[in-house]
Amino acid sequence: MSYIAILITYIFINNFIFTQFLGLCPFIGVSKNSESAIGMGIAVTFVMGLASLITYLVYHFLLVPLQLQYLQTLSFILVIAALVQFVEMIIQKNSPALYQALGIFLPLITTNCAVLGIAIINITQGYNLMESFVAGIAGGLGFTLAIILMSNLREKLDLSPVRKAFKGVPIAFVSGGLMALAFMAFDKALLTNLLG
Amino acid sequence: MSILYAFLVISALGLLLGLGLAFAAKKFAVKKDVVAEQILEVLPGANCGGCGFPGCSGYAAALSAKTAPNGLCPPGGAAVAAKVAAILGIEESGTSEKMVAFVHCRGNHELSSLDYQYDGIEDCNAAALLFKGDNTCKYGCLHLGSCIRVCPTSAISRDEKGNVTVNPELCIGCKKCTLVCPTKVIRMIPARGSHAIACNSNDPGAKVRKICKVGCIGCMICEKKFPESGCKVVNYLSEIDYGKPMTQIAEAAQACPTKCIVEAK
Repeated sequence: MSYIAILITYIFINNFIFTQFLGLCPFIGVSKNSESAIGMGIAVTFVMGLASLITYLVYHFLLVPLQLQYLQTLSFILVIAALVQFVEMIIQKNSPALYQALGIFLPLITTNCAVLGIAIINITQGYNLMESFVAGIAGGLGFTLAIILMSNLREKLDLSPVRKAFKGVPIAFVSGGLMALAFMAFDKALLTNLLG
Repeated sequence: MSILYAFLVISALGLLLGLGLAFAAKKFAVKKDVVAEQILEVLPGANCGGCGFPGCSGYAAALSAKTAPNGLCPPGGAAVAAKVAAILGIEESGTSEKMVAFVHCRGNHELSSLDYQYDGIEDCNAAALLFKGDNTCKYGCLHLGSCIRVCPTSAISRDEKGNVTVNPELCIGCKKCTLVCPTKVIRMIPARGSHAIACNSNDPGAKVRKICKVGCIGCMICEKKFPESGCKVVNYLSEIDYGKPMTQIAEAAQACPTKCIVEAK
């Protein structure tokens, strides 16, 4: 599978938020304004790319030789948790404002199922090292796209007359659902049409 | 044998990652400002922005760096300023007296006339874009409650007639309402002030009489008959100089033909 096909697959066709419904917690929690949404998107993209690389190495050079494949979930969670801690330190050092804006959602990337999701998908799809990395980055970009679209929508929603019962999170979920419907337009046929 | 491998692999992985994180924590350690953290603890933590800094942590950092004067915190007042001075080891200075917001208008849809019926979104600044609001009096309160929504302590309320009032007990003096108000009818007065002028109109008396039953008509009775009241009429509007003794203010309030001088509490 070519890298471009992987990119298109995980940004549009198998978008983590809109098609696979993974990582919805930060998608709703950090999409109130576009600035922190972009920050969260970049942080998740970074973590997903790095996690793909390291989990690939851990799986193929540690678990497979020892025939411990059944430990993949446990060891992946360990690796991801450590990675997120590391990213948190870097962000706190280099961008205190972003650190404040992301708040509790930064440690929550640890439990973001999109990150564990891409690590396991990479294994089940049988990607090689480079393909895993591209899939991780693409998954993160898909997440970033979704959260930026959502934050812009919610900034507009804040100014629109919304019924009181729907104000805030409820209308956000409804809008997210409608966007997910729109993303159903991207399917495998897109790939064959584009790349033949 | 395989269970031993599993145990060893996970332990080794955990140990390796743990050591890596410990190393990274040293390498990327953020130096914390101990003084700023101490100051942050004594500040009220309302994050109201009344000091002019982005939240209490911003002011604490500025105080610690000695780039901001002490005593800028309106909710904390003198008590907090004293604690901050103790932490910084400086003399207490520049503590201003407590100010509270006051809505200088008593007009409502029964007492004052309207130019048109406003049906737009409930926001004073949106209404002010249309001919400066629906009131005929362009100085008064628009009753749409933008100040109520920005108030961090819910000190501002609106009764069924639309009159907006500030509870001086709850007001922390952050001035957010004065910034959001398009007609600037809500302004700060000293919390000790017993009376305030409940009108903001610079229109001449004859016009005020026509459009509002409770507006200041600039008759100057308060200024001329009660010189010790502290009242002074400027631009057809009486103003209280809170720096003056204000001994006759109660009598002036009695004599005011439109009862525009009201008790502030």
